[in-house]
Amino acid sequence: MPELTVNGRALRVAIGTSVAAALALGDDGSSRTSVSGQRRAPLCGMGICQECRVTIDGLRRLACQTLCHEGMQVLSQP
Amino acid sequence: MNEHADILIIGAGPAGLNAALAAAPSGARIVLLDDNPLPGGQIWRDGPQAKLPPQAHQLRNQVLAFANVQLHCATRVIARPAAKQLLVENDERGWIISYATLILCTGARELLLPFPGWTLPGVTGAGGLQALIKGGMPVANERVVIAGSGPLLLASADTARKNAAQVIRIAEQASARSVGAFAAQLPRWPHKLLQALQLFSASYRTGSHVLAAIGSERLEGVRLMQQGKIVELACDRLACGFGLTPNTQLGQALGCNLQGQAIQVDAWQATSLAEHFAAGECTGFGGSELALVEGSIAGLTAVGDRKAAERLWPQRARWQGFADALNRTFALAPALNALSEPDTLVCRCEDVPFSALHAHRSWREAKLASRCGMGACQGRVCGAATAQLFGWQPSAPRPPYSPARIETLLCVDDHPPA
Repeated sequence: MPELTVNGRALRVAIGTSVAAALALGDDGSSRTSVSGQRRAPLCGMGICQECRVTIDGLRRLACQTLCHEGMQVLSQP
Repeated sequence: MNEHADILIIGAGPAGLNAALAAAPSGARIVLLDDNPLPGGQIWRDGPQAKLPPQAHQLRNQVLAFANVQLHCATRVIARPAAKQLLVENDERGWIISYATLILCTGARELLLPFPGWTLPGVTGAGGLQALIKGGMPVANERVVIAGSGPLLLASADTARKNAAQVIRIAEQASARSVGAFAAQLPRWPHKLLQALQLFSASYRTGSHVLAAIGSERLEGVRLMQQGKIVELACDRLACGFGLTPNTQLGQALGCNLQGQAIQVDAWQATSLAEHFAAGECTGFGGSELALVEGSIAGLTAVGDRKAAERLWPQRARWQGFADALNRTFALAPALNALSEPDTLVCRCEDVPFSALHAHRSWREAKLASRCGMGACQGRVCGAATAQLFGWQPSAPRPPYSPARIETLLCVDDHPPA
């Protein structure tokens, strides 16, 4: 069971859990703020819509296509 | 560290896996690429809350047992630096794969149509909800409404229910008459009839569609047009999908002709471009059974075994019949094109409202004037939506086909086109 942080909060998840799921397990499920300031959350779940892009260990990645790993740091706030 | 493939297959869903399985005994060096963390495509997406059919595990294991098959997961195609070369990227590096033959098995994505409130957190695609749940998203005790069109609504509801969600409504836009006529044909495909019966649900309503998602910061409820009456339901999640649309972007960018909204193929699954094949839902929506047999035909033809490929034609025709029946049944009602208010965002990347778009005559004109389709998804969502709403034809994407790292793009400089 890998342990990661979501917006600084520690969270332990089942192996194979997506970062998109971790956003809902560890915070309010939202992933980014749009250009006009709306909060958004994962939409398509399959790597198309780019709504779930978050910062993972300093790189912008898609939460729905990234699996949680030990020590990962996920940021979803601007 | 670049790579060569005799056969490069893009997409490791049912079509891509079966193409690899059909081609592998020839001994050809096969590279199989997928942008998801695991093979299986959308229908066999694995995860902590997924339960895959034995067939999915078996096919995956069979393919991976071949020493001449190399699988790269979590890898995206970024550009085409030269003929028969693709620049790709994973979490760690970028590199170029050159190939003799390409098989596109890029699948389909959900058609997501705009309606008031669809940008609220809590609103997802229908297949989107299913994929997120499989990946471990908790839905226990949540009230879920699923709306849109097609058999995916039932499959998504089934996954939600198995993970302890309360599915309070499934709103199918197609009429009772067309769904009934479709159900009456199902005994032609007994295995599909069984699936339908297992998925049938008391919360299912035909002739019903979403009007708006309600909420301020997050979804709080949904307004539906339910068999002619407006109904409001409080809910925690709304999953909306209006059928599937083929992923043709890479094919288009490489120069493959389209037929309607799908990649055009002949009886051998060959595209208009020599040595380039396509199989599965990127050639038109048809379900996993059709994708599997198309994948086999493409894989066999790619290694020159046309006799074996031809033997599969009758099987393909049978599943094509099922796909045609599906497409007739779930044709979208015109009312779905009129859901947007002037301030409803159509392009979610650039936050472009309906009012900034509807007066334009083409995708290109709207794009230049409003930035619609110029954000991170490169029009994959709003391009398909405006194709449905206004009949616009989105243009072929330009590289980079997906957001990429600068270091990846620099790989191309080191290897100028021949």
